[in-house]
Amino acid sequence: MPFRLAPVLTLAVLLLPVAAGLAGVLLPAFGHWPVLGRSGGSLDAWRELAATPGLTRSTLISLWVGLATTALSLAVVIVVTAVFQGTRAFAVLRRLIAPLLAAPHVALAIGLAFVLAPSGLVLRLLSPWATGYTRPPDLLTVNDPWGFSLIAGLALKETAFLFLMTLAALPQADAARTLTVARTLGYGRVTGWIRTVWPRVYPQIRLPVVAVLAYGTSVVDVALVLGPTSPPPLAVAVLRWASDPDLATRFKASAGAVLQVLVVAVAIALWLGGEAVVRDRARTAGARGARTTWEGAGRLLAWGAAGVIALTLGLALASLVLWSFAESWRFPQLLPAALTSARWIEGTMSAAAVLGVSASIAAIATGLALALVLGCLENEVRTGRTPGRRVTGLLYLPLIVPQVAFLTGLEVVFLPLGLDGGWAAVVLAHLVFVLPYVFLSLADPWRAYDERYRTTALCLGASPLAALVKVRLPMLMRPVLTAAAIGFSVSIDLYLPTLVVGAGRFPTITTEAVALASGGDRRIIGVHALLQALLPFLAFAAAIGVPLLVFRHRRGLRDA
Amino acid sequence: MREPAAGAGALVLDRVRLALAGKLLMDLSLAVPPGEVVTVMGPSGAGKSALLAYLCGTLPGEFEATGTVTLAGRRLDGLPPERRRVGILFQDDLLFPHLSVAGNLAFALPASVRGRAERRARVEAALAEADLAGFGGRDPATLSGGQRARVSLMRVILSEPEALLLDEPFSKLDVELRERFRRFVFEEVRARRLPALMVTHDPADAVAAGGPVVRVGQQGG
Repeated sequence: MPFRLAPVLTLAVLLLPVAAGLAGVLLPAFGHWPVLGRSGGSLDAWRELAATPGLTRSTLISLWVGLATTALSLAVVIVVTAVFQGTRAFAVLRRLIAPLLAAPHVALAIGLAFVLAPSGLVLRLLSPWATGYTRPPDLLTVNDPWGFSLIAGLALKETAFLFLMTLAALPQADAARTLTVARTLGYGRVTGWIRTVWPRVYPQIRLPVVAVLAYGTSVVDVALVLGPTSPPPLAVAVLRWASDPDLATRFKASAGAVLQVLVVAVAIALWLGGEAVVRDRARTAGARGARTTWEGAGRLLAWGAAGVIALTLGLALASLVLWSFAESWRFPQLLPAALTSARWIEGTMSAAAVLGVSASIAAIATGLALALVLGCLENEVRTGRTPGRRVTGLLYLPLIVPQVAFLTGLEVVFLPLGLDGGWAAVVLAHLVFVLPYVFLSLADPWRAYDERYRTTALCLGASPLAALVKVRLPMLMRPVLTAAAIGFSVSIDLYLPTLVVGAGRFPTITTEAVALASGGDRRIIGVHALLQALLPFLAFAAAIGVPLLVFRHRRGLRDA
Repeated sequence: MREPAAGAGALVLDRVRLALAGKLLMDLSLAVPPGEVVTVMGPSGAGKSALLAYLCGTLPGEFEATGTVTLAGRRLDGLPPERRRVGILFQDDLLFPHLSVAGNLAFALPASVRGRAERRARVEAALAEADLAGFGGRDPATLSGGQRARVSLMRVILSEPEALLLDEPFSKLDVELRERFRRFVFEEVRARRLPALMVTHDPADAVAAGGPVVRVGQQGG
């Protein structure tokens, strides 16, 4: 019974690489790595790590970036949802969030760097009339030492993610009716929402919030584009040590990876502690019965945040497009003096191969993820048992354990098995991250399906397989393709799994874009960032377009 | 196409006991002769729908069920739903929205009906019988409620069931439509000599069915 195997395989795909990878950093961190000729235990790696200049600062930057990104993203999500829920603007926001979700982290980070850089669009807009600059000033507006540009870049994307999670949680929080009750009791819309709806939404999105926190605390790719450089965040330093040609440095890298796990754990502990404090204070504040505390400030913040995000995204996209077509673009000219399509021709030709690698890794990983997820969900139908919250929580494990920690460890485990640097290993590493997103996006629509359709099909004589293939899957084509598009974009977005597990042998559009971002020709970088963003957009366009085309004569599925 | 279905025989429930979380919902023995409609009535939560799910073979795992069910002498309990030859109509028509009207009907035709022409003829005949000749190519979503209800009945009939289960199939139709569709269903049941078991809240359904009424669940439920 393949369907019964699916949950076991799925758990194996999620848990084994993480467990093996963690073992693969823990042992070398304490001096045990027989392949490199060291066994037994020692604390040398830790001593070496402790002696690294800037380590404390790297660690603090990581903590700060993670906590600040999460707090900022969550605050924006709270005020925007509180102010706009149930209004016409909310429907517009819902729709605008999709392209932001589809945009890869790296492309977005590059776009933001183009906007914020001393020679970027913001200063061009203000120069020389307001600033007096006729040449780009010598300012660290990107890669600033305390990571403000990094936090901004991460928060852009994570706000979209948390907003999506909140949207999914609203119906279960009975948001509309709860808010009505609060308002009839005299509470303002914003204050009422924050006091009554939010406390029911938050527990449902706590895991995604923790995932955002862990991601921000251990991010590598966006940090390479926007983050501080001397010293960099801890995860970037660990990656550097782990790819050092001097194999002795690998022991330090392993100790650093273990430290990174601890830093994420501390960040989570701090967050949960802060959560408890906020909850307590909110309870006392709520008991006072103030009804309109948040109305004015909330509206201002929500409109401000929405405006800043929209403006930033618009400027980022404009920068990428302008640079990619620029012939020459001197500061402080607002627009390029001359345009050319030469970079596009050049860039597309040179990127064709890496685009192919990206798309095929993503397609295979997504196909495997979809097979496993469909298997698990169909098994739920057949056994009549849905896994509990704890098991579902395991889906978040690869999203919470820092990538840089278990991926570098995975190399240690794969090496003696002859699995490192292979095509299969890269696809497997992608699958670990694609699978949770595919599962989380498909599970709700699957479980919301009216099981009486299945009963009807079976009682009409269809086999369980026919009820799945001929009835359920066509009816669920839209969510299935959406889940596939999400999985595909997640894979396109992945940097570390490709780089570390593939030992640099599988350059994808993402690894190329990151490599170029540190000091390449802006025009070529712009082309690469836009090409990187193109792949997920094509995937989502297909996920929306195909069902529309196939079911163009089926009204019952169009607005379902 | 009004000859009695092959192997028509009674649907017999012998000491069927359904329990949920240790609480006995019903202990039922009854026989439904071919061409007759037996009505099961009871408060909500009495396990009426669970009884039908049990007869279909789709009872959720949290229920415990014992007893034997035979249809025309065949043991049903233990068989997978697709081999029971028990058709079911729900209160919603549940037409598959991704298939055309004819596609829905063809889905139900057994594979033993061979040949494209023959299968098409069967579908056309069913449409004609439901006063829907020429509707085969239509999107089910463009049909009226009454038309959809008739298609869903013809779909069950085409699957050549040996018994019919009715799960409040008239409750969502408006009054006038309800009476017409009810008559249509009961005529089919009698003409095809199908034993039918109906679950309903509406005493008028039971009166129209004209068969015996079984009450399950105690008052208050």
